[in-house]
Amino acid sequence: MTRKITFMQAINEALDQSMDRDNNVILLGEDIAGGATIDHLGNEGAWGGVFGVTKGLVEKHGRERVIDTPISEMGYMGAAVGAAATGLRPVPELMFNDFIGFCFDTLLAQGSKMRYMFGGKAKIPMTVRTCHGAGASAAAQHSGSYYGMLGSIPGIKVVVPSNPYDAKGLLNAAIEDDNIVIFSEDKTLYGIKDEVPEDYYTVEIGKAKVKREGSDLTIVTIGKMLYVANEVADTLEKEGISVEVIDLVTAAPWDQETIISSVKKTGRLIIIDEANPHNNTATDISAVVANKAFDYLDGPIKCVCAPNTPVPFATNLEQLYLPNKDKVLDVASELIEDLKKS
Amino acid sequence: MKKLTKQKAAWIYEKMNDIRNFEDEVHRIFTSGEIPGFVHLYAGEEAVATGVCAHLTDADYITSTHRGHGHCIAKGCDLNGMMAEIYGKETGLCKGKGGSMHIADIDKGMLGANGMVGGGFPIAVGAGLRNQYLKTDSVVVCFFGDGAANEGGFHEGINMAAIWKLPVVFVCENNMFAESTPQSYSSASKTIAQRAAAYDIPGVKVDGMNLQEVYDAAGEAVERARKGEGPTLIECFTYRKYGHFEGDEQKYKAKEGPEKEHADTDCIELFRKQAIDERLLTVKQADDIEEKSRQDVAAAIQFAEDSPVPRPEALLEDVYVD
Repeated sequence: MTRKITFMQAINEALDQSMDRDNNVILLGEDIAGGATIDHLGNEGAWGGVFGVTKGLVEKHGRERVIDTPISEMGYMGAAVGAAATGLRPVPELMFNDFIGFCFDTLLAQGSKMRYMFGGKAKIPMTVRTCHGAGASAAAQHSGSYYGMLGSIPGIKVVVPSNPYDAKGLLNAAIEDDNIVIFSEDKTLYGIKDEVPEDYYTVEIGKAKVKREGSDLTIVTIGKMLYVANEVADTLEKEGISVEVIDLVTAAPWDQETIISSVKKTGRLIIIDEANPHNNTATDISAVVANKAFDYLDGPIKCVCAPNTPVPFATNLEQLYLPNKDKVLDVASELIEDLKKS
Repeated sequence: MKKLTKQKAAWIYEKMNDIRNFEDEVHRIFTSGEIPGFVHLYAGEEAVATGVCAHLTDADYITSTHRGHGHCIAKGCDLNGMMAEIYGKETGLCKGKGGSMHIADIDKGMLGANGMVGGGFPIAVGAGLRNQYLKTDSVVVCFFGDGAANEGGFHEGINMAAIWKLPVVFVCENNMFAESTPQSYSSASKTIAQRAAAYDIPGVKVDGMNLQEVYDAAGEAVERARKGEGPTLIECFTYRKYGHFEGDEQKYKAKEGPEKEHADTDCIELFRKQAIDERLLTVKQADDIEEKSRQDVAAAIQFAEDSPVPRPEALLEDVYVD
């Protein structure tokens, strides 16, 4: 049975069902229940996470499994690595991906490298839930998009869901995965609703999804940028241009096969990535496609990204910061010029 | 003071000798150029690793440091596999892909030497959380140096272990120097142990050259942890026989005075004397242990030298679990 639930509810449901299925799944994070040890609350959470994503889980699963941590990102992220290395399946929440600096060692130098350094004798089955993204007036230290940076680390997988269905299925898959998976949620998507099955299911990590088939131009998107691409595709379709839209789903390791085969068909590629413009997922895709499918390209690969700045606070500037339909149409016009003439 | 059994004393003396011989040999071989990379030798600090690990079983965990060979040996890692690892050979404990600073053997509860100073604190807390969550009576020992005590992870890790009463024993090996910088300069608190007061947990400083003192303090802390009473901070005042790393000129070490006297104290000689005086070991037993240890380390070197280097394909293996 499916019904319409929000992106946030889909994540909550995945956590709940994953905890039902496997007693080794524990959640750790700041205020993910809230109000720890406060007598009048007991097992009732005060918050359920800063956005309410984990609401209700402590009441059902208890404070032993939904663990409020001190404001100690290194402490609890590293504890998740240690717990995972010794057999649990922790799901730590990094409240905002911008806080990564506080706990980077535990992922960069510890967790991601253990299996390799230890000759394949360790596994670190943990899922780091975090959120990224501008558009919520959260300013520079709560709005960045660092999934690309995290995805450049060997040993780490990164998934970026664009819709409630994928959010639930990908989170379940991430928790089942025996590797470190960063599950990066766009905070501005929490309220969107869509059909989601009630039952437990998984969405394959590492597989991009062709959301719309087309023959003239490929647009690859990460997370929320899917909706920008859809607007672009609608507009171009009216001009007779057929756009193939691919939701990358997994930012690392990303699905080369799906993207390259699409580019071989369309000969044109735009990548929309909300991250800052250098050394991000878009530039990586661009480099790989240029290497592996150069002969199929009818024009330059275009990346539409955020500018090389922190995220500004003022609403008008923040909107200017984000990739949008007009910016994509701008770069598309150059690519499709020849199509329009013919 | 807790009386050592003859069996325990023999085990400790054997491990102390294994560590010293292993490190002396690595020093010799490194100097000859046969071992690649960086090595940080544990020689001189044997009483700490052995006095603590004497209370542990394979079901208990430890986290270690860049100066980790001693912890590995005391936690039961195989000498051949360790030596081969340091040589970068396929038969190494980590298939030659970790090296001296990353020796690990999770089956033995050894969660890894660690190239990041202070990197072990949160990992130890996580293993402690696991022990508590699964309702085991296993404990975790987090070994760290006086240098690591000034990393943020020290505070975050001990605080979390304390608020959750986790079965973690924090063992500081204060060898007086973080690399070349003295502990007296780097730490605002005179001792590391006194910082325990900030976390409302027991903190004790012991003579790390005295096996019995280390053994007693660790025994109490491990027992406390097993009973669910939470963490303890133990500071062991010790000294490294060699430099921070091999090749260190050690210009910072004192040539005379109290530091030199401390440096000249040999924890293994002291323990040999104690064990014989207390009739825990006979002279013959002690001599035999020493001889066997030399042979075992020589065999480990032979094993490492005879072992193949990793297959080229190993470069790309073990990044992810498939």
